[in-house]
Amino acid sequence: MTLIWIIAIFFAGGLLCWAAQFVNRVLIKWIALIAAVANLALVGAAYAEYRNGSAPGDWLIDYTVNWIPSFAIKFHIALDGLSLVLLLLTAFLGVLAVLCSWKEIKERVGFYYFNLLWTLAGITGVFVAMDLFLFYFFWEVMIVPMYFLIAIWGDSNRRYASYKFFIFTQAGGLLMLVSILALFFINHANTGNYTFDFFELQNITLSVAEGRWIMLGFLVAFVIKLPAVPFHSWLPDAHSEAPTAGSLILAGLLLKTGAYGIMRFVITLFPQNSAEIAQWAMLVGVIGIIYGAMLAFAQNDLKRFIAYTSVSHMGFILLGVYSFREMAFDGVVMQMLTHGISTGALFAMAGMIKERLHTREMGNMGGLWTGMPLMGGLALLFAMASLGLPMMGNFIAEFLILVGAYEVNPTLTIIASIGLVFAALYSLRMMQRVFFGPRTTPDRHPEPFLRQGELREGSAHSASAVYDLSAREFTILISLSVAIVILGLFPQPVLDSVNTVVQSLIQKNTP
Amino acid sequence: MSNEQLLALLPFMVLAGASIVVILMIAARLSHTAIQVAGFLMLCFTVLAMGYVRDILPQEILPLFIIDGFAALYTGVIIFSVGVVGLLSYIYFEEREENPKEYYILLFLATLGAAVLTISRHFVSLFLGLEILSVSLYALIAYLRNRNNAIESGLKYLILAALTSAFLLLGMALFYMETGSMEFNAIGQKLAGSDPGVLFKLGLALMVVAIGFKLALVPFHLWAADVYQGAPAPVTAFIATASKVGVFAVLMRFSLAVNLQQSEFLLNVFSGIAIASMILGNILALRQQNIKRLLAYSSIAHLGYLIVAFLPGTREGIEASVFYLFAYAITILSAFGIVTILSTRMKDAEDLSVYRGLFWRKPLLAAVLAVSLFSLAGIPLTAGFFAKFIVLLTGANYNLWLPVIVLVLTSVIGLYYYLRIISTLFASAPAAEPRHKPLHPFFHFVTYATLFVLMVMICVLGVFPGPAIEGIRQFLMIR
Repeated sequence: MTLIWIIAIFFAGGLLCWAAQFVNRVLIKWIALIAAVANLALVGAAYAEYRNGSAPGDWLIDYTVNWIPSFAIKFHIALDGLSLVLLLLTAFLGVLAVLCSWKEIKERVGFYYFNLLWTLAGITGVFVAMDLFLFYFFWEVMIVPMYFLIAIWGDSNRRYASYKFFIFTQAGGLLMLVSILALFFINHANTGNYTFDFFELQNITLSVAEGRWIMLGFLVAFVIKLPAVPFHSWLPDAHSEAPTAGSLILAGLLLKTGAYGIMRFVITLFPQNSAEIAQWAMLVGVIGIIYGAMLAFAQNDLKRFIAYTSVSHMGFILLGVYSFREMAFDGVVMQMLTHGISTGALFAMAGMIKERLHTREMGNMGGLWTGMPLMGGLALLFAMASLGLPMMGNFIAEFLILVGAYEVNPTLTIIASIGLVFAALYSLRMMQRVFFGPRTTPDRHPEPFLRQGELREGSAHSASAVYDLSAREFTILISLSVAIVILGLFPQPVLDSVNTVVQSLIQKNTP
Repeated sequence: MSNEQLLALLPFMVLAGASIVVILMIAARLSHTAIQVAGFLMLCFTVLAMGYVRDILPQEILPLFIIDGFAALYTGVIIFSVGVVGLLSYIYFEEREENPKEYYILLFLATLGAAVLTISRHFVSLFLGLEILSVSLYALIAYLRNRNNAIESGLKYLILAALTSAFLLLGMALFYMETGSMEFNAIGQKLAGSDPGVLFKLGLALMVVAIGFKLALVPFHLWAADVYQGAPAPVTAFIATASKVGVFAVLMRFSLAVNLQQSEFLLNVFSGIAIASMILGNILALRQQNIKRLLAYSSIAHLGYLIVAFLPGTREGIEASVFYLFAYAITILSAFGIVTILSTRMKDAEDLSVYRGLFWRKPLLAAVLAVSLFSLAGIPLTAGFFAKFIVLLTGANYNLWLPVIVLVLTSVIGLYYYLRIISTLFASAPAAEPRHKPLHPFFHFVTYATLFVLMVMICVLGVFPGPAIEGIRQFLMIR
């Protein structure tokens, strides 16, 4: 029931926010915050209850009710360790996303929070849906409001970015739908009963050729979302144009749905075919790591920079998943969590800087540390996390993945670890350009020709450019930093939670 | 003819009576409002009559008609569409035309034609129905005769429809020559077991031209955009829904009777048509700036999707097609409803710029349009998604992988132009124009309420399609 409550609270909260638009505009934010916090509490309680994972093959929560009996479609949601930790991440980032938007969004507030909460509802649904139709349903439910978030509250190039985001993900999604239908009918031909239920479809036997095509359908959807390199081009646009909370959710949660999909569905349903393509998938992952890092290094736009680092970090996920080693799987789960937190934090910071300086160009920043020592320090922390410094969660994640993958393919792993060096390069360059160096903020160079009382456009902003974090912003960032450090020092609880899931994945995928 | 047979025809007689009632009311110089209300009541009576005769179905009225669950479903969709079109028409014509009253005669006649198509099992009734429909449409399309586009599109439709009627007649003649019968079932029996001769194939080719024209399938789609643009918005809605439903119903019945889908060759022809319609319709819509033309091209694509459900020629196929048509009718009616409501005295609201920032000016209207566009694009939570899903399901079940994949890929293309309108709706608004008071507050309210109900229906059908599907199944059992 907890799961239903979580999804229902997000949906209902969204509707309430929209309705509150017509009553009292201050109310909206609070409704959104209360909904998000309530869900964090619910997920937290669930985590406290189930943190030790489950017995193998068992599910912590398993809830089914008929939805559309004419087509054997059920509303089937279930929770295991993997879903649990991802739900925790969703609820956590959900609260922060609401907080992030507190001051940023001034127009159409009700509709904004409606979309925000519905995206979160969709993501939650994706992580727990165990009926493939339902999964597809939630998969789409999270896309549409996200499209609105980008298209309405985005930056100057928002239209293009939102189309690209929607069309890329929808194309993948529809191919996945065809694959789901194929599974549905092949299962019927084999066993004589119609079902979209993942639990039953798990036992399906497919011929190699069938499996190959069907897997491709799934894989395309997830790889676009992840994103792996040839399909990544929607990501920088979407991330850089989205409002801060949008980027936070995109990077922190939406990308993880791709990784989750690969772990939950692709390698579980198609173990043989996955083994077939494992080498290629790892190669694609490594290409992503290196290519993303190189592009990140070349960016001048702060948000695009963070977006490309995501491409690079997500390469590790493909590398880890397709090595089929226990350590690597553990690493992948850690990577999902820690990347969500660290990149989320970086996007939140980019948003805060943009609120102050009204620019994303790193060329227009520099020397911000003097004005904002608090933010500078925290930014340094997350830059370090992103480059994989020990003590931060990211280090654990990438280390585990590399160790796991090394057994399988040393060459690729060595190349991948070069990616860590690149990560150091681009992260430090970012710190250097944004927070150190000479101050280039305009108020340092007052315009000599400005007559008294006349304000140059933008100088009103730049005059206030250097105020440090407010209490709200500080709360956001400090909670993220605490989370990333805890994950770095004590990753064991997470690994315990997902232990049984990882074990069963290993079992499926060892020939 | 027995009593029961006569009774089974009751809904159609009520429908025919509706146009006579309207004529008499015009003769009595009653007001537009009175005619509107009477027309609406007659439609309600038709629905009631359908409910009343439901228990005695199926009835065959040899040789022309068969009234079964199949016919009831399609007729139901037609009546529903006409009901909405009728409601939308009031404001539209009251504010534009001095003589809006004759419009209703034509509307009900066209409805009768479409409804007759759904129950015909004989070439004669098919042709009669089709002609009643077409002849009324000629006049309906050109009804606002002061507009340039109206006359042009009316003439275009007249010439092309007359031409294709000739094709149809020749096709029927060839069938008759080959089989010696004009009843669908008799033709089917004659053909069973034997390889159809060349005359049959030729006849069928001619019929495909005629039917393809009515459904605006590629390559017979050339009229669609012009007619959609030129016709008054409610009439366009009628063409997009009722007329297509009727023609599709008769196509389905005919093909089931003669086992059209058994023939490999014909299956290929129809999948070719479907694929061409999906691809071309979606591509032509991509750059359209005129929303009526855009919806015309999108309807070409949607009929292509529908043909995918037609291909298997089974009960699932019928089920899928009925659900699809129903969902499509609701969706397109709400879209054209918005066009109708936003139209000004001089010009229909067809230019995309009219819709800029609509969400911030008139949230309800924009929400209805956005939902219907999402439904057309097949996004979950809307009826359009589930309709597309069932079609995909049917296609996949019969291993029609090529049309299925094309359907999926072209829907992605389609997404672009739907998103284009949607993002226009949500773009920042120009300065709000002065609100003028609606001339007919009651009908304004009714129209708004109807559109709202349609939107709710789209969402409900999208989330809980189960009952609707069950209902369709039960009706299809009546045979």
